[in-house]
Amino acid sequence: MRPFLYERADDVQSALRAAAPTSQTSIPPTEASAQFIAGGTLLLDLMKLDTMRPQVLVDINGLERTHGQIAATAQELRLGALVRMSQAAEHPDILRDYPLIAQSLQQAASAQLRNMASLGGNVLQRTRCQYFRDPSWPACNKRAPGTGCSALEGVNRKHAVLGINEHCIAEYPGDFGPTLAALGASVETAGPGGARSIPFERLHNGPEVPNVETVLAPGELITGFVVPAGPWTRRSVYLKVRDRQSYAFGLATAAVALDLSDGVVNEARIGLGGVAYKPWRAHDAEAVLRGKPFDEAIAHAAAEAAFAGARAHGENEYKLDLGRRTLVRALLQAAKLEI
Amino acid sequence: MPKRLSDDLPDASRRQFLTGTATAAAAPLIAKSLAPTPAEAQPSAPPDPRQPVGVTLRINDQEHRLMLDSRTTVLDALREHIGLTGSKKGCDHGQCGACTVLVNGKRTLSCLTLAVMVREPVTTIEGLASPDGTLHPMQQAFIDQDAFQCGYCTPGQILSAVACITEGHAETDGQIREYMSGNLCRCAAYPHIVEAIKQAKTQMKA
Ligand SMILES: Cc1cc2nc3c(=O)[nH]c(=O)nc-3n(C[C@H](O)[C@H](O)[C@H](O)COP(=O)(O)OP(=O)(O)OC[C@H]3O[C@@H](n4cnc5c(N)ncnc54)[C@H](O)[C@@H]3O)c2cc1C
Ligand code: SF4
Ligand code: FES
Ligand code: FES
Repeated sequence: MRPFLYERADDVQSALRAAAPTSQTSIPPTEASAQFIAGGTLLLDLMKLDTMRPQVLVDINGLERTHGQIAATAQELRLGALVRMSQAAEHPDILRDYPLIAQSLQQAASAQLRNMASLGGNVLQRTRCQYFRDPSWPACNKRAPGTGCSALEGVNRKHAVLGINEHCIAEYPGDFGPTLAALGASVETAGPGGARSIPFERLHNGPEVPNVETVLAPGELITGFVVPAGPWTRRSVYLKVRDRQSYAFGLATAAVALDLSDGVVNEARIGLGGVAYKPWRAHDAEAVLRGKPFDEAIAHAAAEAAFAGARAHGENEYKLDLGRRTLVRALLQAAKLEI
Repeated sequence: MPKRLSDDLPDASRRQFLTGTATAAAAPLIAKSLAPTPAEAQPSAPPDPRQPVGVTLRINDQEHRLMLDSRTTVLDALREHIGLTGSKKGCDHGQCGACTVLVNGKRTLSCLTLAVMVREPVTTIEGLASPDGTLHPMQQAFIDQDAFQCGYCTPGQILSAVACITEGHAETDGQIREYMSGNLCRCAAYPHIVEAIKQAKTQMKA
């Protein structure tokens, strides 16, 4: 790990000041010389690997007092950026009204990591692509722009099949992100230019420029998330399929929420994880379901639509089937729920 | 393997020797930090990230004041600077749980926690037993149930298991396995670990 200066911020203003970019040149947020550190479970891992090299760490755990709360109203669920994964996974309002959020967090990482990791840091987690993580591989467009992609013809069993291009086929590994995408959440931020709200679906970029992963500006702080309430959030499921039963990243995951009346789908919300370049919302699959009587055949049709544009690169061929089946099973489970 | 001076010492003095070296190693750093740093001498010089920073850690009810490189993790501070080698380094990347400690009662991976960031009290395996030497019920249960083989993962397992119970996540065998999945055991003592947790649970509640 390279040396860095450590600063602790106790409020948003001091965090922004400490992380303010030193130059005007535009750089991707992940390459900014100052990085916020919350749980540190992603950042320190990648700093030890020499994949991230910040010169200043701005400790934002002092913001837990003001940005560590969960508040649910009839209109929305608000989650502070410093809420820990374990805290949200066990919150009674979330367990009751947003079960897919609780389930996505319960099945993520381990009990220790969930105690440490913040929701703000969680959505910014980076791919587990080995060529990205290990800087001894010369070719990786995400780590070293313009060098190519080692995974295209390399070890790519865990890589994405949706939202990819020839520059990068990395998977977004997180579990919470797909639920936020499905529920149409937004991200609230504070930056040198003031506060703004970003639709969660637009927080992450596609692979056009693989090293520019989000629309955040360097030094822009996520302060929280807003999840709109809806009649679909209670009938919801997060299904995660992985190599081992616990403590593993998802190979294919599905976040689904349904509003059914008399067996007809009023509204469907679908997010996918483990199979896509970014937290994925399956709009086409939702459209297949909307307004139709729910049955197994329509669930299959929705899964076909979700993966219509999917493309495999050898070892990850199985994800085309696994992804579809995971989504079908999640839809069937959600439809059967007694709420 | 090159022989170290400490290799020849009997167990107790060996431990003392190691603690002694840790303090001795920290001493010159403290002395250095009391002298004006280059940054103080010339206010315009940029701050030096290699300059040690003052860190106060409260570990097993004892306060430790250290001067550390800001990169030092809690795990390295414990093992290399304080002489508490019970916490183990398995992967150093958050993947195995061998380094698990309790921070304010919450299980935490010390390999992914910077020492400078910790403000709350830390409990390590060395702090679990009573001052009179009586083992914590979880330690005793691991012995009674033969819940280890090589023992490398054991300190992390035990602290994680204590938290698993205090969190209320030890209601069924399945729940214990799920909530203990962050602690890998290369010797695969898993079934015995589940039994040990069930044994300790009744005693911890009593
Ligand atoms: C072994 C292992 C297994 C894991 N398994 C899973 C899994 O199965 N599912 C899953 O979802 N996750 C998993 N994770 C990932 C884990 O959830 C993330 O590492 C964690 O959520 C990151 O949160 P953090 O607070 O520790 O982030 P940090 O490491 O503190 O920060 C991560 C990044 O986000 C930036 N950042 C943090 N907070 C903010 C903010 N408020 N505003 C702007 N930028 C910010 C930081 O600058 C940094 O670049 C695993 C991690 C490990 C190590
Ligand atoms: S898939 Fe993306 S992250 Fe992995 S090697 Fe290719 S460019 Fe790098
Ligand atoms: S050494 Fe910390 S998790 Fe492996
Ligand atoms: S007892 Fe050997 S690793 Fe667990």
